[in-house]
Amino acid sequence: MSSARSLTPAVSRARRHWFFRQHPVMPGFGLSFGFSTLYVSLIILFPISALFVYLSDMSPAQYWHAITDARVVASYRVTLTGAFYASLLTAVIGLLLAWIIARYRFPGRRLLDALVDLPFALPTAVAGLTLAVLLAPGGWVGQFFTPFGIRIAYDFPGLLIAMTFTSLPFVVRTVQPVLQDADTECEEASRTLGASEFQTFWRITLPGIVPALITGTSQAFIRSLGEFGAVIMIAGNMPFRTEVSSLMIFVRLQEFEYPAASAIASVILLASLTLLFVLQVVQGRLFPWQRVAR
Amino acid sequence: MKPTRWHQWLLIGLGLAVAAVLLVLPLALIFAQALSGGWDLLMANLDERYMRHAIGLTLLATVLTVPVNLVFGILLAWCVTHYDFLGRRLLITLVEIPYAVSPVVAGLCYLVVYSVESAVGGWLSEHGIQVIFAWPGIVLVTIFVTSPYVARVLIPLMQTQGTDEEYAALTLGANGWQIFTRITLPNIKWALLNGVVLTNARAVGEFGAVAVVSGTIMNQTLTLPLLVEQLNNDYKTAAAFTAASLLACMALVTLVLKSVMEWRAQQREVRAPARQG
Repeated sequence: MSSARSLTPAVSRARRHWFFRQHPVMPGFGLSFGFSTLYVSLIILFPISALFVYLSDMSPAQYWHAITDARVVASYRVTLTGAFYASLLTAVIGLLLAWIIARYRFPGRRLLDALVDLPFALPTAVAGLTLAVLLAPGGWVGQFFTPFGIRIAYDFPGLLIAMTFTSLPFVVRTVQPVLQDADTECEEASRTLGASEFQTFWRITLPGIVPALITGTSQAFIRSLGEFGAVIMIAGNMPFRTEVSSLMIFVRLQEFEYPAASAIASVILLASLTLLFVLQVVQGRLFPWQRVAR
Repeated sequence: MKPTRWHQWLLIGLGLAVAAVLLVLPLALIFAQALSGGWDLLMANLDERYMRHAIGLTLLATVLTVPVNLVFGILLAWCVTHYDFLGRRLLITLVEIPYAVSPVVAGLCYLVVYSVESAVGGWLSEHGIQVIFAWPGIVLVTIFVTSPYVARVLIPLMQTQGTDEEYAALTLGANGWQIFTRITLPNIKWALLNGVVLTNARAVGEFGAVAVVSGTIMNQTLTLPLLVEQLNNDYKTAAAFTAASLLACMALVTLVLKSVMEWRAQQREVRAPARQG
């Protein structure tokens, strides 16, 4: 391998190398770095930058018109509010499931632990279709809500359920290991000092899992923003009410309005890239132990 | 710990109830619907030409996607955990992009690059290769969407395991390939399989990105998830749930494999300190 000469000791180098913070000793740098960067450039960066090149053909006025169309703006609002409430719901349900799986021994625990990953394993279109049939007015679960005049499937609550379902594992799988590894000594100390169960949870346990909970919930939020398959099967897709932005792109494509579709896509793309980078920075700066904990 | 107090049982009951409605009932519903017309109808639906074609296309996309992303995931994880270089964190973040981007947006990006009007797509179509509205496009977007999975499983594991054993092998005169196959691979094999299973599940089930580039042509570019939607739109609910039940079986197998592999990984962790001591 070509990097055999890199075995020469790097100690003599007084000046810091501009590229390597630590001189590579392990063979295989050329292969792994070369292939990874080539792959990332070709598969990920090239198509995404091509979208912006394509957009440069549009005039600013056309672009602005495409992304501020009333129906499109309504779709941003639906997506954001849907993802926001769905992440809150996911945080609560996810915390509950992570808590009982990590802390208690009860019959069915291992099964529950395995089932939590179902939303990752089940194709989203199947999830959406199934939840829609389940929650439809005559469905197994939906029938109990019909007498109260509550519509779940083919309306906004259905959209929330679909987003919650698909993003549930993010919260459980980030919070659960922290709960499992955490020392219970502090909690026991708190109880012996006379704190109630709730006080112990609120003052002792919760602060320890907040970083993981925030990480998991933000991942759930990002996922919900982009969710498509599950949402379109259950939301009913009424313009201005339950039409999400991803679907808006799809609608524009079917009208053969490729520039308008690309314009909307660029807005969503920039939003999710910003969220991704913010999340990475926050994770790295505030909770450095998170990276190793998983 | 064993739950002792009433409120602990209440929490467990609540959690199980939520899980039953959100996770168990949907699974049960899929199989109940698929079998609602009886076994013969299920078999007849499975034997339809469009169903067999969709199964074949989905398998093709998965078989092409998984090995490519497996190689990429291993090389990337090796690169960012064994060397410290400028832009290392950036590389890790860039790989997360497919995770954060809406699949529809991803599909659109590929549509823009490889459509016949574009430079790349035009050149390819002159040479007789159609990417968009054909199977190569489906494979490409599937590769994009599933590219982070293996790396995401491997990077944290390789970080916690450290590189001491590998350096020891290096000083003893092992070459790169020997270090990888004799030291690294045995340490990461369960996590690696886990990554493959996750990649596989997502590759089979990808909907949004594939929907954009496939053009949904019956018997040509319909993968199983697209077929589910198509049949449902045509009010062929029984057939839609037949395709859905196939995908649900895949999901169940995924869950079983994932549980087994996580259990094996835990066993390793439990054994590892004892072996060192």
